[in-house]
Amino acid sequence: MASVVLSEAEKLYIVHGVQEDLRVDGRGCEDYRCAEVETDVVSNTSGSARVKLGHTDILVGVKAEMGTPKLEKPDEGYLEFFVDCSANATPEFEGRGGEELGTEIANTLYRIFSSEGSVDLKSLCINPREHCWVLYVDVLLLECGGNLFDAISIAVKAALFNTRIPKVHVLEDEEGSKEIELSDDPYDCIRLSVEDVPCIVTLSKIGYRHVVDATLQEEACSLASLLISVTSKGALTCMKKIGKGSLDPESIFEMMETGKRVGKSLHTSLQKILDEEESLGTTRQKVGFLG
Amino acid sequence: MAAVPMRLPKVRKAVGPSVPRGGEKHLVVPGDTITADTGYMRGHGTYVADEKLIASVAGAVERVNKLLCVTPLRSRYNGEVGDIVVGRITEVQQKRWKVETNSRLDSVLLLSSMNLPGGELRRRSAEDELAMRDYLQEGDLISAEVQSVFSDGAASLHTRSLKYGKLGQGVLVQVSPSLVKRQKTHFHDLPCGASVILGNNGYIWIYPTPEQKDEEAGGFTTNLEPVPLSDREVISRLRNCIVALVTQKLMLFDTSILYCYEASLPHQIKDILKPEVMEEIVLETRQKLLNLEG
Repeated sequence: MASVVLSEAEKLYIVHGVQEDLRVDGRGCEDYRCAEVETDVVSNTSGSARVKLGHTDILVGVKAEMGTPKLEKPDEGYLEFFVDCSANATPEFEGRGGEELGTEIANTLYRIFSSEGSVDLKSLCINPREHCWVLYVDVLLLECGGNLFDAISIAVKAALFNTRIPKVHVLEDEEGSKEIELSDDPYDCIRLSVEDVPCIVTLSKIGYRHVVDATLQEEACSLASLLISVTSKGALTCMKKIGKGSLDPESIFEMMETGKRVGKSLHTSLQKILDEEESLGTTRQKVGFLG
Repeated sequence: MAAVPMRLPKVRKAVGPSVPRGGEKHLVVPGDTITADTGYMRGHGTYVADEKLIASVAGAVERVNKLLCVTPLRSRYNGEVGDIVVGRITEVQQKRWKVETNSRLDSVLLLSSMNLPGGELRRRSAEDELAMRDYLQEGDLISAEVQSVFSDGAASLHTRSLKYGKLGQGVLVQVSPSLVKRQKTHFHDLPCGASVILGNNGYIWIYPTPEQKDEEAGGFTTNLEPVPLSDREVISRLRNCIVALVTQKLMLFDTSILYCYEASLPHQIKDILKPEVMEEIVLETRQKLLNLEG
């Protein structure tokens, strides 16, 4: 993970600030930085989203391709994640430097989406055992400003909301071989329901308290963090601890409660923004990367 | 329960009319022809091609008699003798420290240019060299003055005054060096309750005003007591104001920071970073600064 070097006095200042619920930029321990979300930024994907959370910039593209279902789940489609930590974000990611972080993030995404009911995979099936939709979700890290997991999960949810999968019709031949026909209308497509898609909330332990949405400086002061994935209804689906330090069970319980609370409000805000963007329709002025 | 602030991105527009003082500035981008007149000497940021003077950086053209140069709008810090800089120690080497100052090369702080605690003046011995790490470690922040510039552009720093030295508790804000205005003094004790060091290299250090001046310490003993909440609020507000000024590309000096602080008082500290509040505050600051001049 990209990190900054801080002096001992600076770290002490941050830790004491968190103790008094006043972080360096004036936020409380449970406040997020202002986030900017935009969908449909990449034209040659089935769905895309860009999220800017402070100095963290994430771009997610979803491509829907036809594939064969997995053997153990013959009537379901599936998702494939790939995370690219580009050298744009920090010089540490040059060459193969970003691979370790990329695989860690991709594995976390796999774990979160492996829980039943997060995405309706049965709707992605075309012909059981023969054809199904495979959604390739590609995450690109453009800038690293702390709190990567949260920003990535918000961007993935927004991109899945924006994904439009073309409707297909299966035609049966006389010999029994099946043909797949794509509908002619480019706007005839199925959308995914992202109601149960979870979002990650990272809680970093600084001193005796924990903070949500840590900046790079705050991450340098925290020894242990808890990553929890929360659905919009406040249900916890997955939990992971990162960092060298240790967490005692009481603080884990407190962090879980905070995470559930913050996660619910995160989902409400995100859904509100996505609905607002959708309601603008074609009148929306696309900002993209040159705004 | 605080809602998570989310918004749709808006196309950024410039706040207020651009006020050209002293005539229009001749802005160029790399590749623009500055002049086809061969009578001029070329300075930094220009090159000659086809008997024309062409800019190699994006910035404003400056003319001094027959010398034409282009000063870039945003670049790494170039050390000048006498500048105050705030830097971070990156390496501890034999008889010197390497300091990162947002320039092309790391600056150098020689052991002989550093004040020993107690203000003694003596020759640096081998024990001093071994004890270097006790004075300054990797990651420590220091304020120093540029003593000289080596031929390759690296600056040599010195802390031969009691006002320079290791920095204690506070907040560092990193901005572009071109936004820090050159003034007589860069150490300011703001009336709102905090102090600020405006480094010429773009590193701004905000810290709580020390109660009494420790003359004997010379900046080596760091105060590790918790900073009171009222001071913290002032420091956080100043930090957000500086970030707001920088986002709207206003020059940073003590008056502009102070006006911005006063304009931000009606808002909550964390709201200052919201784009619409930022625009409003900076517009008010700009107005006050224009009133001050005219």
